[in-house]
Order: sequence, then C-alpha cells, then structure tokens
Amino acid sequence: MIGIVSYGVYVPLYRIRVEEIAKQWGENGASIKAGLMVEAKSVPDLDEDAATMAVEAARAAILRASLNPRDIGAIYVGAESHPYAVKPTATIVAAAIDASNSITAADFEFACKAGTAAIQTCMGLVSMGEIRYGLAIGSDTSQASPGDALEYTAAAGSAAFVIGQDRVVAEIEDYASFTTDTPDFWRRDMQKYPSHSGRFTGEPAYFRHTIAATEALLEKTGLQPADFDFAVFHQPNGKFPLKAAKSLGFSSAQVKPGLLVPYIGNTYSAASLIGLAAVLDKASPSQRILLTSFGSGAGSDSFAFRVTDRIEEVQDKARKVEHFIRSKKYLDYAAYAKHQGKIRM
Amino acid sequence: MASTAKFWREQAARYNLEGTRCVNCGAFFYPPRIVCPRCRRNGVIERYKFKGTGEIITYTTVYQAPRNLNRQMPYALAIIKLDEGPRLLSEVICDPEELSTGMRVRSVFRRIGEEGEQGIIYYGTKFVPA
Ligand SMILES: [Zn+2]
Repeated sequence: MIGIVSYGVYVPLYRIRVEEIAKQWGENGASIKAGLMVEAKSVPDLDEDAATMAVEAARAAILRASLNPRDIGAIYVGAESHPYAVKPTATIVAAAIDASNSITAADFEFACKAGTAAIQTCMGLVSMGEIRYGLAIGSDTSQASPGDALEYTAAAGSAAFVIGQDRVVAEIEDYASFTTDTPDFWRRDMQKYPSHSGRFTGEPAYFRHTIAATEALLEKTGLQPADFDFAVFHQPNGKFPLKAAKSLGFSSAQVKPGLLVPYIGNTYSAASLIGLAAVLDKASPSQRILLTSFGSGAGSDSFAFRVTDRIEEVQDKARKVEHFIRSKKYLDYAAYAKHQGKIRM
Repeated sequence: MASTAKFWREQAARYNLEGTRCVNCGAFFYPPRIVCPRCRRNGVIERYKFKGTGEIITYTTVYQAPRNLNRQMPYALAIIKLDEGPRLLSEVICDPEELSTGMRVRSVFRRIGEEGEQGIIYYGTKFVPA
C-alpha cells in the first residue's frame, strides 16, 4: 500500500488584511473581501523564503511520525519562488533535515501544483522499490506586483509529505492528471513579478483543469462524490473551489474543512497541500479524501486518499494547521511592503 | 569567496545545531569540540544534534547592523542556554519588548544573511519564543 507516511506544514506568523491592501490603492476593501472570500493573507518574515519554510514543514513531517531522515531516498521541492534561479532548494532542505547524501533530489516548478507533481514522482520511486521514503514539498513566498489584483491573495506557506509503503496514515488509492498548454499565468525569466491574463484565469484554466482531472479520477476509481468525506481543491480564493466542487457534485460541507484561503490567502504550491494537512489533522480511520491541485500553465492532479488506523498515532505529534491559523500578527501596508522586499534597501 | 567556503564548512553546526558530546563525562559542546577539556585523553567525543530548546540568559537590542542581515531594526540578540548546557549567541525573532530573562525559546531555520544580491544566501539557526 503506497500512501502518506507523515506530513508537516508551516505558515509564517504575519498577516495583512485585504482591507489594508485595498486602502492603499483606493479600492473598496469590503467588496473585494467578499468577492474573494479572503479576509487576510500570510506574509513571510524578512528572513524567510521558500527554502526556510520548506525546511520547517519537512522537520515537522519527520517529527510527526518519528522518522529517521536517513530513510528518505528522494527529496523534491515544488515552488514558483525558489530563492535561487540555479541552486536547488531541495539541496538546502536535505542538509537542514540531516538527510543522507546518497539521495536523489531536484526542484519542481509547475505554478501552484508543483507539490502534487512531487508526490506523484515519489510514488513512482517508492512503488519501484528504489527508495523507502520520498519527501515531496510545496513551498512558496508568492509575489504579486503592487496594485495588481493578485496582491490581495499572494501569500506564503509550505507543506511537506512523506510518501512510502510502510507506516502509512493515508493510502493513495489512485490519481489522475490533466495537462494542457494554457497561458493563464506566467513569469518570464528574470522578471520579479508574474503576469496573468485577467479573467482568462477562471473558466479555461482553473475550472477546466480542476474539473477534468477530478472527473478522470472519479471515472478511473468508480467512486462518486458522496463516497468522499472531504474534498480539497486548489484555492486561489474562496469562491473558485466552492464553485468547482458544486459543479462536480461535492457539497460545501465536504470542502470547508480543507478551505484555508479565507485566513491565510493563496499559498500557491502549498495551498491545496495545506488544505489536505488540515483535513488529515481531523480525519478518522477509513475516511476518504479527494485532493485536486491546479497549476497555471496549466494542469491539475487529482488524488483519492483512504485514511488508515495509524492516523490517530500521528495527528498530535506536530503542530496542526489550526495552530498556524490561530498564531498571527497583523502588519500595516508599509511594514508589509518591506517584508515583501518591495522597498529595496 | 573565502567566507562562502568557511560557511560551508560550518554548515552542519549552523543548520542543525550539530555539536559534540563527551560520552565519558557527559559534557556537551557547541560549537563542536574534538577534545574534551575535562577528560583530555580519556574523552570519547561523538556527534550530537541539539534538541534546539533552551532559555534566555541575557539579551540586548540592536539598533544598527549591516544591511544584508534580512532583519528589521531594532532586533533582539540573546545569549541562550541550550537545555543540554552549552550557551550560544543568537538572534531571537520577536518584538524586543517581549523578551525576558529565563524565557523559553526554540530553534528555527532562517536566512542569516547573504553575500549581496548576486552572492550566496546564508541559512542557519535562529530562535523564537517557545
Ligand atoms: Zn569528557
């Protein structure tokens, strides 16, 4: 049985309210907040980046299941904000968790779904018997150009998943993916901020891929939406995942436990994975979880998980998502701009 | 570039609070020592990864520092006594006004600095209130 052996998350302490950003640009904060269904977003500290957050999440995953980091044979880090253009974040994570040098490691990039692509790659190596455990991470300190619509939600966070065949807490029953060449969101080399094609990011991008991958998974497994206790979707805002869920036949009650974007914003590569972690934090044995990621460019990976009896042994062994939602300090726009490196010193 | 090489050599100590301990007398060392000053020739030294928990012995507030520290001014610098015994100097990430002697702290992984915009980024250990 291949599945999740452990998991860990990290969200920075700082937040900025959507209304505080709106005030800066003379926009109507209340209506933007309601439109996006986002109250605030997380902001990294001045000395945090996708690598430091990946390390914190990875250490939490190792702690949660009392793993020996020397049993990890592969490390893949998915991000669109790797601190180096050339010099893998995965190498920094490997050293900081005291992993063996005899491992394979690489960075992945597929906008917000690089982390689920890393999970699939780990599954392959594990099922071949090449490695005992694989570490798949989604971590981002996403950047949006000041005043851009994405500035309201571009947040920071990280989630790490250990994939293996023994001590599994959630079996991966199956997965399906859907990928096309769709220019909804991109960042050219050497550019600081991403560009996007406005309204184009909805129907032909997020909804088309999320729905196609999820429908492919349902068809492959013969499962119905009602067979799942929880459904987690990529969450660029609060409305998109609820709308996608509805058109697929999932209820908002299935989605809400894994919907964190209202409190921390869109954590990009970590967004759907932090949602999955929040659900695992409260799941009971034999419950079933759907996870569908989405990455611009564009593609979706959809998974069916079945929680095992072992979940109860690990749930309280590391900080839960709830801890990170509760721990927060609000910044004003000036302090936020400094945190985001918008003021160059 | 000399400092890049120096940092790389000290990486295990900086990233993972890796030091040593003497199996003979039970003493812990950070930064790592290769000879136990007490046991000398009878000492048996082995690698030891510190748990990363401890308490503040004394602290100060820094109002001016080099610009590449990735840190808002003012920031807090403290001497921390690790639970295993050794003391070290580290930044504590919190409002300097929140600090107090005896306060419990735990280690976190952060950027320590960088060699300008084109150079390498230094990562390592800092502390936060536990
Ligand atoms: Zn000794």
